[in-house]
Amino acid sequence: MSDLFIELQGITKRFPGVVANDRVDLTVHRGEIHAIVGENGAGKSTLMRVLYGLYQPDEGTIAVKGHAVTIESPRRALELGIGMVHQHFMLIPVFTVAENVILGSEPVWGFGRLRMREAQQRVAELCRQYGFVLDPTAEVGSLSVGEQQRVEIIKVLYRGAELLILDEPTAVLVPQEVDELFNNLRQLVAQGKTVIFISHKLDEVLAISDQITVLRRGRVVGTVPAAGTTKAQLAEMMVGRPVLVELAHPPVEPGPVRLDVRQVRVPGRGTRPAVRDVSFAVGAGEIYGIAGVEGNGQTELVEALVGLRRITGGQLLIDGRDVTHATARAIRLMGVAHIPEDRHRRGIALPMAVWENMILGHHTREEFTHGALLNRPGIRGFVRRRVGDYDIRVADVEAPVLALSGGNQQKVVVAREFSFAPQVLVAAQPTRGLDIGATEFVMRQLLAARSSGMAVLLVSANLEEILSLSDRVGVMYGGALVAEFARGEVSAAELGLYMTGAGRTGEARAG
Amino acid sequence: MEYMTSLFSVALLASAIRVTMPILLASLGAVHAERGGVVNIGLEGIMIMGTFFGAVGAYAFDTRFPSLAQTWPNLAPLAGVLAAVAAGLLFGLIHALVTITFRVDQIISGVALNLLAGGLARFLNILLFEKATQSPGVRGFTPIDIPLLRDLPALRPLVTGVSPMIITGVVLVAVSQWVLRRTRFGLRLRAVGEYPLAADTLGVNVYHLRYAGVLLSGALAGMAGAYLAIEQARLYFEGMTQGRGFIALAAMIFGNWWPVGALGASALFGYFDALSLRVVRLPVPYQFINVLPHIVTILVLAGFVRRARMPAADGVPYTKEEE
Ligand SMILES: Nc1ncnc2c1ncn2[C@@H]1O[C@H](COP(=O)(O)OP(=O)(O)OP(=O)(O)O)[C@@H](O)[C@H]1O
Ligand SMILES: [Mg+2]
Repeated sequence: MSDLFIELQGITKRFPGVVANDRVDLTVHRGEIHAIVGENGAGKSTLMRVLYGLYQPDEGTIAVKGHAVTIESPRRALELGIGMVHQHFMLIPVFTVAENVILGSEPVWGFGRLRMREAQQRVAELCRQYGFVLDPTAEVGSLSVGEQQRVEIIKVLYRGAELLILDEPTAVLVPQEVDELFNNLRQLVAQGKTVIFISHKLDEVLAISDQITVLRRGRVVGTVPAAGTTKAQLAEMMVGRPVLVELAHPPVEPGPVRLDVRQVRVPGRGTRPAVRDVSFAVGAGEIYGIAGVEGNGQTELVEALVGLRRITGGQLLIDGRDVTHATARAIRLMGVAHIPEDRHRRGIALPMAVWENMILGHHTREEFTHGALLNRPGIRGFVRRRVGDYDIRVADVEAPVLALSGGNQQKVVVAREFSFAPQVLVAAQPTRGLDIGATEFVMRQLLAARSSGMAVLLVSANLEEILSLSDRVGVMYGGALVAEFARGEVSAAELGLYMTGAGRTGEARAG
Repeated sequence: MEYMTSLFSVALLASAIRVTMPILLASLGAVHAERGGVVNIGLEGIMIMGTFFGAVGAYAFDTRFPSLAQTWPNLAPLAGVLAAVAAGLLFGLIHALVTITFRVDQIISGVALNLLAGGLARFLNILLFEKATQSPGVRGFTPIDIPLLRDLPALRPLVTGVSPMIITGVVLVAVSQWVLRRTRFGLRLRAVGEYPLAADTLGVNVYHLRYAGVLLSGALAGMAGAYLAIEQARLYFEGMTQGRGFIALAAMIFGNWWPVGALGASALFGYFDALSLRVVRLPVPYQFINVLPHIVTILVLAGFVRRARMPAADGVPYTKEEE
C-alpha cells in the first residue's frame, strides 16, 4: 500500500489572469483509488492534464515510481504507464469495439494487414481479466453510454496503462451504470492498477475512493482518507464554509397549462422515430422532470420543443398557442428559455467573449442597444451583476468562454437563460458538471422560478436532482414516455429500472 | 423480344465495360479522398489534366524515342499513363495543400481546380500543338486476350481484345477494397474521415493520412483521364471528359463509399452510357437517350442518398488544437 506511484510537488500552472494550480502537492500510491474534488474551476482538470502531458507545468516536479520525469506529451505519459479516459468519448461509432481499441497501435502482419482476430482476442482477454462485459465485435455506435465508457477504459488498458485518470466519468451514467463502473474500478485496483477519479458527487467519492484530495482555487486544502470522513466535512473543505444540502419544496398550486405536448413525434436517424407520440403538460408553477438514460429521445424531444428540430406528428402548444412548426426564434420570443444539454454545441459560442455569450440571443433588447449599435456600458453592468450573482470564476469578461472551466461555462448559460423573465424553461442536464455549491444554487433558482409561476421542464440523468425538484416525473425509454409518477411516488432505484427498460414488465403502474 | 435481348447483348456489355472504366477509376479516387474526410469535386478537372497529359506523354514518347516505341509498342501509352498520373498527383497535392494545410473550403478548392484545368489544358495545347482544342493522335496499349476465358465462344467479345488498363482497373478495385477494410492504412484512413480528433489522440497523424487519401484520388483520376485519351479516343480533345468526374462522385455515393460499391455503381452508369451510344432505332427522339446516363445518375442519387452513410467528418477541415 505504501508503494509510491505518483508524486507531484509544487505544481503551478498559470493561465492568463488565473493561477489554475498553485503549488499543488499530490501523492498517489499504487493500488489505490484517489479522488480529487473541488469546486468548479478549482483546477482539477488542469492538474490531470499536467499529469497526462497535455499541459506543461510552470513550476514543480513530477516523479513517477520514484524517478523525476518530464511528461511532454500523452505519448510519454502512456510510456510511463499513465492513461486518461476522456470526458468526451473519443470513439468512432461505425467501428467495432476491437477496431476502436487498437486504432493507433494495431497489431499487423506484412503489408500492414491487420491481425484482427488477435486484436479481438486481446480485447476479450482484457475484458475477462477485469470483469468487463463487452463484445469486441460489436459496433460502438450501438452501445450504451456506460458500455462506451468501458471501451474507453479498455483502450487505455490496452496501451499498458497502470494508472487510469477518469475526469468526471459518472456525469453521464445512470445509477446502475455507476455501480457497474465502480465494480470495474475495484477489479482494476485489486489487480494492481491505480485510479485517479474526479467527481462532484460526494456520495460516490466517499463510496469508491481510498484517499481524497480537496482542491480549492488551485490550492490543495488537504488529503483525507475516505474512511471516517463525512459528506458535510468534504463539502466544507471544498467551499470553505458549511454547505446546506436540504432544499425546501413548498407546495405550489399549479396554474394554467403553459407547455402542452400532444402526441409529439420527432424523426430520428434512419427510419425509427427518435420521439414516439409523447404527451404531457406542464402548468405554471410546476416542475415536470423527465428521467432517462441518454440516447432515449430526450435530446430530440428537447430540441423539438424549442424549435431546433422538426416535429412530424402531434402538436406543441405554449400558453395555448400552436407552435408546432414555429421557428426557434419565435418560440424564444414567447418566453421559452432553454438550457441545452450539450453546451458546446448549442449553449455557447466558445471563441466568443464571456460578455457576448451572456447576452447571446437577447442582444437586441432595448437595454443592450443604442439604436443599431450595442450599448456597451449597459451590457457591462448587466454582465457584471450576473457574474457576481452566479459566482462565475472568470478573470476578465472579455476572455473567450473556452478559457473557463467546464462548470463555469455551464454557469454562463444558466445565468443567461434565467435572466430575461422566461415563462417556460426547458432545462436539460442543468447541473451537469457543476460543483455542489453551484448545483445547490441552480436548484434553488429552479425552485424560485417555480414559485414565481414558471413552467419548468427538467430533463436530467441525475435522479437525485429529478426527485428532489419535480412535482411529477416521466421516464423516457426508447423514444416513448413509458411511465409517469407524482412526487414522492417513486424511488431512485425504481426509476433506474424504468430507465433501463427493465421496469416495463411492471407497466401496470405506468401512467 | 429481339429488341429487348439486344439491350443486353454481349457486345453491348463489352462496350459498357469500356465506358465504365474512366468513371470507375475516378470514383475509386473519390472513395479514397472522402474516406479520409476530404471532398474532392476537383476530380473532373484532374481528369481533364489526365486526358491532356495522357495524350502528351504518349505522343512525346512516340516522337522522341521512335525506335523504342517501335520495338515495344506499349511503352508510349505507358508513358502517357505515367504523365497523367503525375499530373493528377500534382493537382491532388494542390488540393491537399489548400484544403488540409490551409483549411480552405473544400468545395471552393475543387471548383477552382476544375476551372484551372480547363483553361490550363487549352493553353498548353496551343503552346505544344498550335491548336486550341485537339492533340495529334496517339497509340494505345496492345489489347490482350484473357487466357482460358477466351475459349468460351459466348464470352468472346468480352474477353478478347481487352485493354490492359481495364484489367488494371478491376485489380485496383479489389486491392482498394482490401486495403480499406483489412489493413492498418485503411483503418486509419477511415478513422480520420470519421472522427479525426479521436484518431489524433491515439497518435494517428491526421494530416498525413488525409494527404495520402487526396493524392491517391489525384493519381486515380489522372489515370481515368489517361484511359479516355489513350484507350478510347486515341487523342486528346477539349471537353472529352463530359462531366464523368462528377458522375464518378455520384458513383462513389451510390457505392456507399466502398470500392466494390463504386464498381457496381460505375457499371450501372457505364451501361446506360454505352446504351446511349448504341441505340439507334427508337420510338423517342435520340436526344433522350443521350441524356439517359445523366438522368439515371440523378434518379439513383435522389432515391439513394437518404440511405447512404457518408464518413462523419467528410468535408470537415481538421484543426489540431494547440493547447
Ligand atoms: N486553456 C485555458 N486557458 C485559460 N484558462 C484556463 C484554461 N483551462 C483552464 N483555465 C482556467 O483554469 C482554472 C481551472 O480550470 P479547471 O478546468 O482545471 O477546473 P476544474 O477544477 O476542472 O473545474 P470543473 O469542475 O468546472 O471542471 C479555471 O479558472 C479556468 O478558467
Ligand atoms: Mg474539469
